[in-house]
Amino acid sequence: MDLEALMLSRLQFAFTIAFHIIFPSFTIGLASYLAVLEGLWLTTRNEAFKTLYLFWVKIFAISFGMGVVSGVVMSYQLGANWSAFSAMASPVIGPLLAFEVLTAFFLEASFLGIMLFGWKKVGPGLHFTATVLVAVGTLISAFWIISANSWMQYPTGFERTPEGGLIAVDWMEVIFSPTFPARLTHMVLAAYLTTALVVGAASAWRLLKRPEEPEARIGLRMAVGMFAIVAPLQLLVGDISGKEVLRFQPAKLAAIEAFWETKAEQAFHIIAWPDREAEKNHWELSVPKVGSWITAGSSSAEIKGLKAFAPEDRPPVAVVFWAFRAMVGLGILMIALGAWGAWLCWRGEPEKSRLFLRACVAMGPAGFVAVICGWIVAEVGRQPWVITGVMRTAEGVSPVGAGQVSASLLGFFIVYAVIFSVGVLYILRLIAEGPVAGSDEPPPMTQRAPGSALAAAPEDPGNPGLGERR
Amino acid sequence: MSLDLPLIWAVIIATAVLLYVLLDGFDLGVGILFPFARGPADRDVMMDTIAPVWDGNETWLVLGGGGLFAAFPLAYSAIMPALYIPVILMLLALILRGVAFEFRLRGRRRGKAFWTAAFAGGSLAAAIAQGFILGGFIQGITLDGVAFGGQPFDWLTPYTLLVSVGLVAGYALLGATWLILKTKDELHGDARRWAWIAGGATAALLTAVSLATLFVHPEVASRWGYTDGGFDLGRLIPHLPIPALGFIGLAILVIGLRRHSHAWPIIGAYAVFLSGYIGLAAGFFPNIVPYDMTFRQAASQDNALGLMLVGVGILLPVILGYTIWVYWLFRGKVTPDAGYH
Repeated sequence: MDLEALMLSRLQFAFTIAFHIIFPSFTIGLASYLAVLEGLWLTTRNEAFKTLYLFWVKIFAISFGMGVVSGVVMSYQLGANWSAFSAMASPVIGPLLAFEVLTAFFLEASFLGIMLFGWKKVGPGLHFTATVLVAVGTLISAFWIISANSWMQYPTGFERTPEGGLIAVDWMEVIFSPTFPARLTHMVLAAYLTTALVVGAASAWRLLKRPEEPEARIGLRMAVGMFAIVAPLQLLVGDISGKEVLRFQPAKLAAIEAFWETKAEQAFHIIAWPDREAEKNHWELSVPKVGSWITAGSSSAEIKGLKAFAPEDRPPVAVVFWAFRAMVGLGILMIALGAWGAWLCWRGEPEKSRLFLRACVAMGPAGFVAVICGWIVAEVGRQPWVITGVMRTAEGVSPVGAGQVSASLLGFFIVYAVIFSVGVLYILRLIAEGPVAGSDEPPPMTQRAPGSALAAAPEDPGNPGLGERR
Repeated sequence: MSLDLPLIWAVIIATAVLLYVLLDGFDLGVGILFPFARGPADRDVMMDTIAPVWDGNETWLVLGGGGLFAAFPLAYSAIMPALYIPVILMLLALILRGVAFEFRLRGRRRGKAFWTAAFAGGSLAAAIAQGFILGGFIQGITLDGVAFGGQPFDWLTPYTLLVSVGLVAGYALLGATWLILKTKDELHGDARRWAWIAGGATAALLTAVSLATLFVHPEVASRWGYTDGGFDLGRLIPHLPIPALGFIGLAILVIGLRRHSHAWPIIGAYAVFLSGYIGLAAGFFPNIVPYDMTFRQAASQDNALGLMLVGVGILLPVILGYTIWVYWLFRGKVTPDAGYH
């Protein structure tokens, strides 16, 4: 086996999937937010909701496009770089990914066209339906992909065939593997939080410059509401998910907490420097007994340490340990931001506290960082397995040489660096201009909003323009 | 009742790939024709004709790849490593042209110029890469057991280069005939001129590819009755409707262009593509990895195929329904909506 090609393939997969997940984790939340905004506008007729919709839909279009193109990569890279894994896993999780395409991708892609270009083509009710369908599509997509990934974390409902392949014996057990419900909830909440943090930061940024802007005030309050409710809920769901890791993937749990020995009353390491070679933490800042209590709910519980697993079955420790701490640390900051914001709202005007607004701006990217850290914990923590207990990552790789993989990796680095920096630049530019400037963009003849009396009126048949949102 | 699941799935995947070629073909073609437009205003219109539908079109590619993974895992895991470089090239090109739809609107002067070039270059590069994928596929993939056992550049030969140029011409033809359907005035006139040129090139290259295929792979040639320098009419005649469809398509295209029809040229171009596609399929069926793995050998477990067939049976009609509805909704001519860029 070509070890260099294996490492490069892993690096390429990690890079392309980490890049990809940034966009769904934002667009899943943003699609739902857009559906809420359009719904609120149709029911209240408050023009500020329309302005907000027209503003965020532009940012949605950019992010969704980047998510689509980086997602197409995943459906081919699986075979290009991980052909042995594909051949092995397909009879079980192939249908899950096929269902993702059939139930989600077509829905999103088709109705996105109506959402972005259909203002004049359909009535307000139908346009709202298109927005809702896109939002539903993003959630269905999350359902299938987390289902497939959860099966890889803890596979159930399958048997080995005499030829050495796999066959599903119970589809419900395949789709609803034990870790799936909590992990799906965790991911969807993460997406909602990520979006709320971006909306909060964009609104706060506007309010620092123009404290009276009504759209920004609405946006900030909606975001604060999400922080205050979803962030604590996320801690709860994360804890449930963590307890499942203890039960189903004890080696991953030991890596997350840098436990080496198997014992009761494990100490909780706030920070530590784990060393795989030396099989210990070089230094640690710990709270006695709390480790067992946090992971198992009881300080007397015996928790397996990494030494209980053969060295070749242990995941990398330091990466998992630190990624987990970064994720939880950011989560706690999100809870604090929510509590602070809720208190300011209860007192009256969160817009008045410039310190709070600055904190919101600073926390804008926190969701993305937390999501990527969470996925590092999930995926690196599963190593050395690609399908836990069934197939090692090293066995899944394609017969493709290191030269080809380094060339493709370089290609992805360059193209992704360009589209990422430009995409972020364009999004930040839109945010800096603010929602009002953005909604001014449609030209006079296309300014009929959805839901206005004219929106449903027949258009000039000789002039079916598509540029309503520009 | 027992269904022949692998056969049904072979038909489904073949249909998905065909729909991809026919649908994304015209929007890649519009990108290929981008450099020949008279100016930014025409390019804006060209892009607007495809902006609401390109994403759905590309989803057929995901269904093709995802479906191959799910239904014929051994084929998927043999073909992708064999065509690693052109597949990655195609993906990178599709990324650049895909983001260009939004980025081009947001860019200022230099940004807009860059993303205009990225859209044109990405569309062309994606077409070239797909040509190499197609060519590499037809000329056959070396297997070691069930895995790819050839060399990294097996796909790069004079034959695949010819296929690639042919596909670029074909996509340009689809793009031009799409623009004939969707535009008016000066751009419409330009599109007609492009269709003449691309149509001629496509006819010549398709003929060249067809003849070259007979020489490159004796197995394909013998399917068509061509062995040892002579034709066996008993084998050739049942296949003749396929090139006949191509000639009919070409005739529809030419007559449509001469009579200034708006819709007939694209119908003719589609018939030409259909004939090429069926012709290929006839050349290597039932192989799914030419010429050593049949679709039956590559098929997944029957219970997986069965489960997915239930899904496809319910969902594909729905997908086709709303796809047609979206095209219907955005029907008619696209014109420069004064000042919206």
